[in-house]
Amino acid sequence: MEQPLSLAQLQNTCVDLRKEIVTMIYQAQSGHPGGSLSVAEFVTACYFREMRVDPQNPRWEDRDRFILSKGHVCPAQYAALAMRGYFDRSQLATLRREGSILQGHPDMNKCPGIDISTGSLGQGLACGVGMALAAKLDGKSFRVFVALGDGECDEGEIWEACHTAAKYRLDNLVVFVDYNNLQLDGACDEVMPLGDLGQKFREFGMDVYEIDGNQMGQMVAALDLARAVRNGKPKCILGRTVKGKGVSYMENACEWHGIAPNEEQYRQAMEELDRQYVPEAETQGNAGQPGKDGAPAGGGYAGKGGAAV
Amino acid sequence: MTIREKRATREGFGQEMVALGKENPDILVLDVDIGKSCKTGEFRKQLPEQYLNVGIAEQNGAGVAAGLATCGKIPFVVTYAAFGSMRMCEMIRQEICYPRLNVKLACSHGGLTPANDGASHQCIEDMGILRTLPNMTVIMPADYTAARKLVREAASYEGPVYLRFTRDAVPVIYGEEEKFTIGKAKRLREGRDVAILANGDTLCLALEAAERLAQEGISARVLDFHTIKPLDVEAVAQCLEEIGRVITVEDHNILNGLGSAVAEVAAEQGRGILRRVGVQDQFGMSAPYERLLARNGITTEHIAELARELQKQPRR
Repeated sequence: MEQPLSLAQLQNTCVDLRKEIVTMIYQAQSGHPGGSLSVAEFVTACYFREMRVDPQNPRWEDRDRFILSKGHVCPAQYAALAMRGYFDRSQLATLRREGSILQGHPDMNKCPGIDISTGSLGQGLACGVGMALAAKLDGKSFRVFVALGDGECDEGEIWEACHTAAKYRLDNLVVFVDYNNLQLDGACDEVMPLGDLGQKFREFGMDVYEIDGNQMGQMVAALDLARAVRNGKPKCILGRTVKGKGVSYMENACEWHGIAPNEEQYRQAMEELDRQYVPEAETQGNAGQPGKDGAPAGGGYAGKGGAAV
Repeated sequence: MTIREKRATREGFGQEMVALGKENPDILVLDVDIGKSCKTGEFRKQLPEQYLNVGIAEQNGAGVAAGLATCGKIPFVVTYAAFGSMRMCEMIRQEICYPRLNVKLACSHGGLTPANDGASHQCIEDMGILRTLPNMTVIMPADYTAARKLVREAASYEGPVYLRFTRDAVPVIYGEEEKFTIGKAKRLREGRDVAILANGDTLCLALEAAERLAQEGISARVLDFHTIKPLDVEAVAQCLEEIGRVITVEDHNILNGLGSAVAEVAAEQGRGILRRVGVQDQFGMSAPYERLLARNGITTEHIAELARELQKQPRR
């Protein structure tokens, strides 16, 4: 992008993204809102600030790659791709429909901008390692961003992939863990305690940045660090997040892992999200400076054409 | 066709990979700490920049290969058939077959050949498992030369390929001039009374059986079905139509391998009598390879016996 977005602009883009997510799932009456909403800041920061991509040329060889290892939260990525112009926004209404480019889980051969098909948990990181390795082998500068769920860290393949990333010194790999502490059957602590996840990734050879993953300022700061520190170590951003973030009745509610809102719930969600825009003029500095975060409710921002049914 | 020396198909793979790697820097070997047995040593020595080893982590190996393939690399993931087809199976399905990525799975120790290692390392299920995955091509060369030629074919084919090699030295059947096409069976011997369709290490058993039958006045056609997917349906149909008596031979479970693939065609066409020689849906054990084959009736004598039995039956 020509001009980097300010922190407030990024925050507002993230509100747009959340509205698209809820709208898509409402229209499809199917999908996974909880995890899509918790990963929204990471997806927004990647697509609207961090990644070097060309929506007009989705298979550009030197592009940065994005892998949604937790593929069920693809509404978040689809919304970002549409908002960046990879395809027309009207396509979002076709989520999970027969013949749609927007499959229930991401398909690299159907949807422009998807770098690898995912959906079966635990597999995306290894693919990301392969891509980052290809960049190193060819002396290319592209980087690879992988979004992991906390629940899928139960899978052994994640840790196998960490070994490989460390061995081949893949500091062009950025792993975000969407640590909302809820998985399908309940709380992570109850289903399968993850222990000190940050320490685990550190022990597996990564630089770990532990942040509030729903604070855009912290997200941007962590991505800045991940970009700047080229010490041969893969980067892990461990983001404490809230499942269902932004929609009160979905927040921290395990039952919103994989169901769609009804009409009344949808209206309420849109109203709540509309109140989360921040005034762009009042936020000083650019998005590179952390600590200017905390989107105030009821900011009265009206400049964004939010999703509407 | 004169049978010359004996060499293992895995050696043919290892040798051809060095040549291919030198020709194309995008060709990579991805080992999972079993490279020595799978004959990637020379590649590793001569082309270290194109050599990766991710340790004993097959699932990750398949995923890393998928990622490499999205960036234009042609990775050959190298392991034993048991681990390549089963430990990696779901990763192959999700990240290689579904997106139809250009990854090659090169697996040695297929069938009962890791004989002394016992059932854990023998693999009688792999080709059947891989055959059910959409977008996958499944190949088993019959000798050293075929291994080299088919590895080369696989490298230039765009898409997922499973290549099955074996441990033991087997007779070299083919000459250097022989040409191979993926999905096209090779007719090695003409015949009119019975057709013997074989692949891999058992092809030489089929040829021996045909030789023995010829002395008894039974004329056997022998085909090498080095590719079981896509199956050369035309070649099967010809055997059914022109001969009508068919025997399949494979070092694989009789379920889901070459015999099953041929049976599917025969059943749909509603013609022919079929006998399947292969592993009798039972696990192996530590024993000499020949003994394991014998315990399953995968022998020259058994093939000949079935041919004699079929010969007495009217064509259907």
